Amino acid sequence: MGRIHSLESFGTVDGPGIRFVVFAQGCPMRCKYCHNPDTWGEGGREISAEELAKEVLRYRGYFGQKGGVTVSGGEPMLQPEFFAELFAILKSEGIHTCLDTSGICFRESDERYAKLIALTDLVLLDIKHIDEEAHVALTGCSGEAPRAFARYLSGIRKPVWIRHVLVPGITDDDGALRRLRKFIDTLDTVERVEVLPYHTMGEAKYEKLGIGYPLKGTPTPTKERVENARRILTE
Amino acid sequence: MNEREWRGFERGKWSDEINVRDFIQRNYTPYEGDGAFLAPATEATAKLWEQVLELSREERARGGVYDADTEVISRVNSHKAGYFDKNLEKIVGLQTDAPFKRGLLPFGGIRMAEESLNMYGYALSPRVKDICTYRKTHNDGVYDAYTPEMRRARTAHILTGLPDTYGRGRIVGDYRRVALYGVDYLIRKKEEDKLLRDGDMTPDKIRDREELSEQIKALKALKEMAAEYGYDISAPAANAKEAVQWLYFGYLAAVKDQNGAAMSIGRNSTFLDIYIQRDLDEGVITELEAQELMDHFVMKLRVVKFMRTKEYNALFSGDPTWVTESIGGMGVDGRTLVTKNSFRILHTLVNLGPAPEPNLTVLWSKDLPENFKKFCAETSVKTSAIQYESDDLMRPEMGDDYCIACCVSCMRVGKDMQFFGARANLAKCLLYAINGGKDELVKDKKTGLPLQVSPEFEPITGDGALDFDEVLKKYDEMMTWLAGLYVNVLNVIHYMHDKYSYEALEMALHDTQVRRFFATGIAGLSCAADSLSAIKYAKVYPVRNEFGIVTDFRIEGDFPKYGNNDDRVDELAVWLVKTFMNKIASHKTYRESVATTSILTITSNVVYGKNTGNTPDGRRAGEPLAPGANPMHGRDSNGALASLESVAKLPYEYSRDGISNTFSITPHSLGKELEAQKENLVTMLDGYMAGGGHHLNVNVFNRDTLLDAQAHPEKYPQLTIRVSGYAVNFIKLTKQQQDDVISRTIHESM
Repeated sequence: MGRIHSLESFGTVDGPGIRFVVFAQGCPMRCKYCHNPDTWGEGGREISAEELAKEVLRYRGYFGQKGGVTVSGGEPMLQPEFFAELFAILKSEGIHTCLDTSGICFRESDERYAKLIALTDLVLLDIKHIDEEAHVALTGCSGEAPRAFARYLSGIRKPVWIRHVLVPGITDDDGALRRLRKFIDTLDTVERVEVLPYHTMGEAKYEKLGIGYPLKGTPTPTKERVENARRILTE
Repeated sequence: MNEREWRGFERGKWSDEINVRDFIQRNYTPYEGDGAFLAPATEATAKLWEQVLELSREERARGGVYDADTEVISRVNSHKAGYFDKNLEKIVGLQTDAPFKRGLLPFGGIRMAEESLNMYGYALSPRVKDICTYRKTHNDGVYDAYTPEMRRARTAHILTGLPDTYGRGRIVGDYRRVALYGVDYLIRKKEEDKLLRDGDMTPDKIRDREELSEQIKALKALKEMAAEYGYDISAPAANAKEAVQWLYFGYLAAVKDQNGAAMSIGRNSTFLDIYIQRDLDEGVITELEAQELMDHFVMKLRVVKFMRTKEYNALFSGDPTWVTESIGGMGVDGRTLVTKNSFRILHTLVNLGPAPEPNLTVLWSKDLPENFKKFCAETSVKTSAIQYESDDLMRPEMGDDYCIACCVSCMRVGKDMQFFGARANLAKCLLYAINGGKDELVKDKKTGLPLQVSPEFEPITGDGALDFDEVLKKYDEMMTWLAGLYVNVLNVIHYMHDKYSYEALEMALHDTQVRRFFATGIAGLSCAADSLSAIKYAKVYPVRNEFGIVTDFRIEGDFPKYGNNDDRVDELAVWLVKTFMNKIASHKTYRESVATTSILTITSNVVYGKNTGNTPDGRRAGEPLAPGANPMHGRDSNGALASLESVAKLPYEYSRDGISNTFSITPHSLGKELEAQKENLVTMLDGYMAGGGHHLNVNVFNRDTLLDAQAHPEKYPQLTIRVSGYAVNFIKLTKQQQDDVISRTIHESM
């Protein structure tokens, strides 16, 4: 059984084509800009992999040539066995599978992750910050596991989209962006780099949950800064 | 024959009889390329369109009507020629002698005609009023025959929007015949048909002969109308410009003759492409000129106007005329019917900017050329002005030369017609089942007690939670009553419409032996389904007023809601459609017409809601019902596809007149950039229709845009949005209708 927060039948921003998005419940990170704080802790609902696969397959007519399923979160790699089971069923049905993760749980010695990744067609790897100190400050966790995960994916030739959330004053420093670019350049299977502009739509959820919003007053990035980051990371 | 006009065309059945489909099949050029060949607006087009926009601004400033005829009854050949600018117009012809001057069409109902004039500060000429005291109108006829029960059902609004005071519309002449054959040939054919109707003079035969005579007169008037503009259309069109002009004259004659609710134009772009392609091949026109013809043609279709009352506008908001043009689709032989002209007509949305009319309707098939699919999707993303209907669903039965009338009603062009029947309110019918046929809102004027609309049925008694089986049984009985009454009301209406307001010109452009549809409709489907679901899966307690009428409900617990791809409730919606259609089909219909139903409310969902009390699903009295087959606003909470899938389950074979679904999404939710948005929309349409979906209005906008347009209408003169089966100019909606549109589910992902 797995724990999920919610489902979205028409996702178009998390991977190629039309995606059925599964939001996993639970996350070890506490990113200041997180827009889904309701997926952090316990809660959500329990569901079996068969049942969830059945739900996904109801929408296969909409997947076309490119679409499929994306598991996001929360942090799906907290439940590697469950999602491996889900992906195994979906792969046998010919569905494209995509894992949207921070890589924070990854340990190369733990075979459960290798098994999950083997059943994954595309990894959306969210690199929060390239500098260790800043990573800890932003997420409460070390950035070593995500970087190791990125190197692992490169090593096993797994297609990856790198994503980076751009927060003014926190993750949009040109030096850090250039260092991130340098790291990305060491990876061999990066198909795309996406800059995701920070937005404040999560703020209401914090209020509802009675938690203080850590980025209160932080503006969304300007078009110019987004374009600047995109240039540094992709051109 | 017609050597000059038909030069270069492959002959076939069509050259010896009226058979436009055969002409198209033998002569059209399928196009699989993209839109790169398209040409911009010419200077003349830009100037003319500026004039239209200026007149539109002035029309709004004058309260919605720029000018109206009070003197001359509009007939096919009633008016002198009218122009915007004679020197610039490639395609000519207006409904009256001046732009934006609305015609006077009293034969649907003189009261409606007079009221609408009065409302906008005009006075009907005493002469016309006098004429109508001697010349009975459709409306008079209907009221002579209505029974008391029919009047009650109308007063209580369980049947609403009935075409008993206005023209029924939804009849689509095959205007292409004017261009292909010329009017003289059409007259000759009708005269031959009339000669065949000889022998024993039964009432049917007498009626046929009279109607054919009317048709022949209308065709002669059509020639006179064209002559007023300096054209002789007795012979076929000889080039592209003439083909567009002849065809448009046919349509113009129809809108001068009839103020029908929906005056759709058919399936013309691929037909016209044959003429345009011939001219291009002969080197006599350029692509720029070809586009100009289509732009000017479409401009004319955009300014079709009728004089209607404000109540009518409240029902069908935004002054719609439903000049529906069906585009694309596949042929039964597997070739696509998409041509370059399919692109050109959609391109008018770019050259002239977005607009609600003509109601551009793409007949979608999984087999359409990819380039065309993407072009449509791009146009949708940019303009929100297109609707899509499943060609794969309709073609097996209708062939490949059908068109859409109004919003979702398909008919073979020139071979089928329909008797438009508005709709019955199934949400209110459920309340009648609970209250034994007493209305929850309307009082009997004499007694002051709740109006008994149906014969007395046993109401639900007691204050315990409603029992699903008991409610369902009573609902079934009440629907039996409603369906029977409804069919009879429509029988009266259409008998009288044929008698007093016969569409002679439109029917002259049909085969004499037509198939007729009897097009009923359902309103309040999702509200009724959710209400049944609440009764079944939650506990719903009735709350009674001082007369013992259940006027409210107390709901304990949650229940599945239609629009979330949840079979438990979606099956209830399916049951409703099947049950109601079966009941309709069990009755005798006027002129042996084929009974059908649609799930389509247009914008009348707002008015229907106004006249429906609190419902067991928690909807409050007066709140709008959902449009068409849409889920109730805000209840489809499992994302866009779940919502689409619920609607796709509704059985088309029981709702042959169409199942309307309006879909709104923010650009961002559709994809990150235009390329992805196009691809995703194409994939979504393929998925929806492969799963059995019939119709989809596609809106791509942000709620903020609508809010801003509401506050600053002057900034958005051409903001177009799709509602139920047609498009409207957003700023022409009433405040309440705007609020309704704004409150609808706009699919948005974070």
